[in-house]
Amino acid sequence: MTLPLADLVTILPELLIVGMACLILVLDPITPSGKKDFLAWMSLGILGVCALITMTDFGETVVAFGGLVVVDSYAAFWKMLLYLVSGLTILLSMSYLKEEKIELAEYYAFVLLALAGMMVMVSGTDLLTIYLGIELMSITLYIMAGLKRSEARSIEASAKYFVLGAFSSGILLYGISLLFGVTGSTRLSEISAVVNGPASEDPLMLLALMLIIVGFGFKVAAVPFHMWTPDVYEGAPTSVTAFMAVASKAASFAAFLRVLLEAFGGVKPNWNVLILALCVVTIALGNLVAIVQTNVKRMLAYSSIAHAGYALIGIVVAGWVGIDPDVSSRGISSLMLYLAIYSFMTLGAFAMVAILRKGGLEGENIEDFTGLAKRHKGGAFLMLVFMISLAGIPPTAGFIGKFYILMAAVNAELAWLAIFALIFAAISAFYYLRIVMVMYMRDPSPEQEKNTRLTLSPQVSVVLACAIAGVVLLGVFPGPLVSLTDLSVLSISPVR
Amino acid sequence: METFVFFYFASIIVVTAALVIGLKNPIYSALALLVMFFHVAGLFVTLHAEFLAIIQILVYAGAILVLYLFVVMLLNLKREEHFHSQWIVGLFLGCVLFAEAVLLVVKGETTLGDNLATPTASIELTQGNTESIGELLYTTYLFPFEVASLILLVAMVGAVILTKKGIMEVKG
Repeated sequence: MTLPLADLVTILPELLIVGMACLILVLDPITPSGKKDFLAWMSLGILGVCALITMTDFGETVVAFGGLVVVDSYAAFWKMLLYLVSGLTILLSMSYLKEEKIELAEYYAFVLLALAGMMVMVSGTDLLTIYLGIELMSITLYIMAGLKRSEARSIEASAKYFVLGAFSSGILLYGISLLFGVTGSTRLSEISAVVNGPASEDPLMLLALMLIIVGFGFKVAAVPFHMWTPDVYEGAPTSVTAFMAVASKAASFAAFLRVLLEAFGGVKPNWNVLILALCVVTIALGNLVAIVQTNVKRMLAYSSIAHAGYALIGIVVAGWVGIDPDVSSRGISSLMLYLAIYSFMTLGAFAMVAILRKGGLEGENIEDFTGLAKRHKGGAFLMLVFMISLAGIPPTAGFIGKFYILMAAVNAELAWLAIFALIFAAISAFYYLRIVMVMYMRDPSPEQEKNTRLTLSPQVSVVLACAIAGVVLLGVFPGPLVSLTDLSVLSISPVR
Repeated sequence: METFVFFYFASIIVVTAALVIGLKNPIYSALALLVMFFHVAGLFVTLHAEFLAIIQILVYAGAILVLYLFVVMLLNLKREEHFHSQWIVGLFLGCVLFAEAVLLVVKGETTLGDNLATPTASIELTQGNTESIGELLYTTYLFPFEVASLILLVAMVGAVILTKKGIMEVKG
């Protein structure tokens, strides 16, 4: 058999990433300790190279391996976002891992391998490929969540994530296998041909659809499949939490949307109400439960659940029937915009939590932020901007993201959903601004004054600068990113 | 006859799978799992996938389960009672979901198998089992196959990282 060279060129970024991950694993033992940062810089370098390669993928559609993977603008957009997030995670981790004494070069290999899994997810056009991408990402994240081995919470997070993740994979696989029974294929395009045609009312297909939605619901942490999120986000090392909250959520949304639209695009009435229900309860529960949290990481976990709810509005709009096709694609592009903006602000917020130290430990309770403005004006101001952006207050990027996604809902004649989301956005301001209040209006106790400090390193400064630049610049000039998302939307199959 | 054989294997699989999670003694669970693996292999034989059937027994029953039994014996696990406190809720929810699924399928007309996208899904094999699986894995499904190998790599490295003593101190 001959090696399909053209196909290999198509997946060149994936190959480079995986190759670098393996190289790190090999180089690790022969790198003198203390020079491990070199491996992190190498991974950053390869991310840059891959970004250059992926940039050329915009605007074209190349199918490889007989329809198992596709490289199109949609995949290219998500890959660029994932490179950025992974790069920032690596930068954030370089000093964080030293602080936490879990400096392992394998960590960077894991980030790259998880990234490879996510890249397979976003460009997979076959349920088999997408599933394997999900598994590669998830298994890597299970391990990364447990890296802080000295702490019981981290081990618990890892075990919990593993059990529930395996459970959700089982549900997803059950759905895929039923769908294979009905359609005889795992290719999204071939499934779509059968599902849109003869099998559009097939009960087994509906059951499969339901199970697949549940499976992806776990991965994007939508209520009622969110139970793992707070514990895992709290227990995992903060840099890993940031990576999970941002990259794995973005990749899961990308694959979710592609599966729904490319395989089930013709039977939208069968799933859009289901997603709508998920969306409503996710927004409500995520925001309400976030109010009572006292741990910042748990609060950000519930906040990320709530943001998944807002992002689901995009899927609802993309799947709504009886609206202009332009409005449908607005739903997709606003979801992409929302998740890109969400990445910046959430990464920024988690970076702040990661650098706030209390003695030798992480300062992750809300009260650890008390009076931060008195001692670290800059740090407190950054946190202020991230919180304002997460709450969706102008002129930050968070406002732009909410604005576009709610406009899409209004255009799809779902004005009530937009109003509902707005009410809960207002409620969310309560818990985001509480941190701001604590930082600016309370005086720290002498003990806190002595113990808590920010540990800034050049790498973390770069992460914070990137995040703040994203939040502010996208809030003021969203134009370029909006046109990029418009350019990269999935083509939607026509509604019957 | 074929239907009868299928239902025999399928029902044993369901019952033993339920026993695996229902039994309190881990050794009994493992043995129930063993019975289940054999019946899954039987199911593969009825589908003329003899290679898969052998692999199922060799890998799962032969290697993985024996390893699992070793671990159980080495760790000397006591009967675990506290994992079973929620079985009533679980059983209830399971029954509700099962009833829902049955209702859904009975109510509508399923087109199972009538509308396969690719007729190749059910072609007669022109060559042996092993050859066809090998060929599929290295041609059509080369890409997913390699991704699966990465998953194994991650699992292997991860197992070392998470369990090896003193690894943090050496690296730190």
